[in-house]
Amino acid sequence: MSNLFRRDPRAQWIARNRLHPLHVPEGQLAQRGPTGLLRKNVHAIGFVGPNGLKRIDRSGAAGSVNQLTRQSAQGSKSAAQEEIVLPLHKVANPDFYILVVVDGVSGRLSSHDRDTLGLAHKLATQGAHIDNGALIENSLLVENNAAFDKGIEGNEASTGTGVDAGAGAGVSPGVGAGERTGAVVAVFFDTITEEKLDTAGIDRLVNFEGNEYQRYNPEQRCAGLYKLVNQLNPKHILFPDSIHGGADLGRRLAAKLNTTVASNVWKVNGNQIVCRGSAGKTDITRPITNVMLLLEECSEPVSDTRHECKVLEQPLIPPPKQAPDQTLEQAITNTYEQKITDLGNESVNPNDINLAEAGFILSGGNGITDWEQFHQAASILGATEGASRVAVDDGFMPRERQVGATGTWVTAKVYVAVGISGAIQHMQGIAQCEKVIAINTDDSCDMVKRADLSAIGDSQEILAALLALVHKPKNNLERDSKGDQEIEHTAPRDTSGLNTHQTTPKHATEA
Amino acid sequence: MNKLLEENVNLTVLVSIGEHPLSKRPRRAEQDARALEIGLNSPDTNLQVMHAGTANNAQTHTVLKDYLGMGLPEIKVLTVPQETDSLAALTSSFTDSSPDIILAGMRAENGESSGMLPYLLSEKLGMAVVPSITEILSVDKKAGFAELLQALPRGQRRKVSVKLPFVATVDMAAAAPRQSAFGAAMRGKITVVDAIATDTTTTNDAPPQWKTTPAQPRPKRLKIVKAKTAADRFKAATAKAQGGGGKVIYNNQEAAEAILKMLKEEKVL
Repeated sequence: MSNLFRRDPRAQWIARNRLHPLHVPEGQLAQRGPTGLLRKNVHAIGFVGPNGLKRIDRSGAAGSVNQLTRQSAQGSKSAAQEEIVLPLHKVANPDFYILVVVDGVSGRLSSHDRDTLGLAHKLATQGAHIDNGALIENSLLVENNAAFDKGIEGNEASTGTGVDAGAGAGVSPGVGAGERTGAVVAVFFDTITEEKLDTAGIDRLVNFEGNEYQRYNPEQRCAGLYKLVNQLNPKHILFPDSIHGGADLGRRLAAKLNTTVASNVWKVNGNQIVCRGSAGKTDITRPITNVMLLLEECSEPVSDTRHECKVLEQPLIPPPKQAPDQTLEQAITNTYEQKITDLGNESVNPNDINLAEAGFILSGGNGITDWEQFHQAASILGATEGASRVAVDDGFMPRERQVGATGTWVTAKVYVAVGISGAIQHMQGIAQCEKVIAINTDDSCDMVKRADLSAIGDSQEILAALLALVHKPKNNLERDSKGDQEIEHTAPRDTSGLNTHQTTPKHATEA
Repeated sequence: MNKLLEENVNLTVLVSIGEHPLSKRPRRAEQDARALEIGLNSPDTNLQVMHAGTANNAQTHTVLKDYLGMGLPEIKVLTVPQETDSLAALTSSFTDSSPDIILAGMRAENGESSGMLPYLLSEKLGMAVVPSITEILSVDKKAGFAELLQALPRGQRRKVSVKLPFVATVDMAAAAPRQSAFGAAMRGKITVVDAIATDTTTTNDAPPQWKTTPAQPRPKRLKIVKAKTAADRFKAATAKAQGGGGKVIYNNQEAAEAILKMLKEEKVL
């Protein structure tokens, strides 16, 4: 059967009919016409857009050259979706440094960190951008860069000296070495797990590694920073003013350095900064300071350049023996004296955590029939309990547990909605949650549409299956010490049920 | 709960004049009141409450009475002229009295409210500084250690031990302060102490250059579209936000497994 040659009359017809939209010419793009003239085959150019209209992209954008045939046009479409390689921003010989100490919670850059780095990048390149006409020295080296072309063209006497890469360099001989371009030095503690480090705007990288940095020891971090600051002599030191450590470390270092410091900075205009005073009631406009603690969204993060992230070479950090003055030595050893010892995190009863700041919420609604099981699930999973308005109105949960526009707006990382179909007020309340898991009988409800993972079925059965799964590995595997701890502090909670709602924190050590 | 051996611990709480965020009326500073609550809840301590600022001021007086109403016999007021930095006065006072523990709020409710004072104080006095504590678990003066509970994001707590003379700032997560009682406030005494050394060198020279205005609402960050072509801009303007791509599972057992997997991925279990 398959050996038989079968004619496809439609394909043959299309091949004959050069006006047919699916017609693919055999020859090249330009062919000899009947009079011998070289003629462009217009049917081969462009692509069929929406509504079946033929479109020719003459914008010169990437891929528009490849739109000659339909096949290649499809190829260009996929090429357009490819990630664009951003131009590399290199600083060969920085005139000054901007030091940024990022929070780097679990080795990743938060959006707050990225904003801070964005501002640092702005401060580092500010000099070069402001007086572009009378550019004296510019060690900016930009490769295949469109965004920085203007800056380099403005610099007429550009030669290309003193730069290793050479090609396309915008370096002029220094007439009078003024401070023009700086490098952003990012300081990380502990290991770095961030994947997109190059797009954050980091020119130089310093990583304090070692076991001592894995725990909470602000004094040692401060001592390390103090040493680094004395060697680099950065123009500005920036910290994110956050509860993740930046606020504390920045103030510590500022007190140690005894320099000018500004906190809650949210805007930098040239040499003026605006910071929030009076616990957020006033704006203070003041001259720029050496140490700045920055609020979130203080600046746009770096978005159109890649940076080197060069690990700061060792000669720049001489061992402390070579430090010239004795006072520095002394100061370092003074700081190094550890007065604070981290004794580890306390286990907190999840129901004592304020609902608005809880990280993991198990929320119950009208679909729950067995509330005992719900409380048990919450205590075993270690989740803070939440509820929809219906559950609260029916008296199954206290009013302060209500999630939504009329209750608490939550910011949990994981929000599990059991038997909640998702009224609009409830959806507003969980808008900031990262992952939502819905357990519901109705697969067309709003909660399922919002959820990242939906389990359709009876909530009681699904919770039972989940609890069985959670218990299983514990019974099978050898219990480690952590597992034991968990069981210890979950055991009393199983029996307590709803009675454990307390506003004041209560801890396992006290109990 | 709080284990104290032999000698009593000298605990000093620094209180400031707060300001209501809306009415701007002077009040107990919220964090300072919490610090005082911690101080009052620590038994067998020599509690001293101190305020550095202008004395003989009606507003200061009413607020200090509010603090006294929490059940204090006395508040010491270090008179510091308006423009002068209170740090020098506090430092000289503490070098004389040498308290074991100094508690303060994280930041003031008026003025610059940079939150630098505890850090500068600890630097000047050579004490450790512990930020955002919620509770003093125990103080052992003989061994020279104290155990504190520190507030972390997401309602978590960390236990730290710290060498004894130390400065600690109190977080809003600490226990709410008790109410102020009128009778107790009347019985309490305000003692004015003249600051010993008023260093004119430490006055803030910056404020003349500073401009203070009521806080402006910060602009919301806009989604900036950096599209090169019209097609890209069109796409950015019309494209629906991604979502609705959630996984839907109908089998109970599979669903439970998927939920467990997700919880483990998000590291909440």
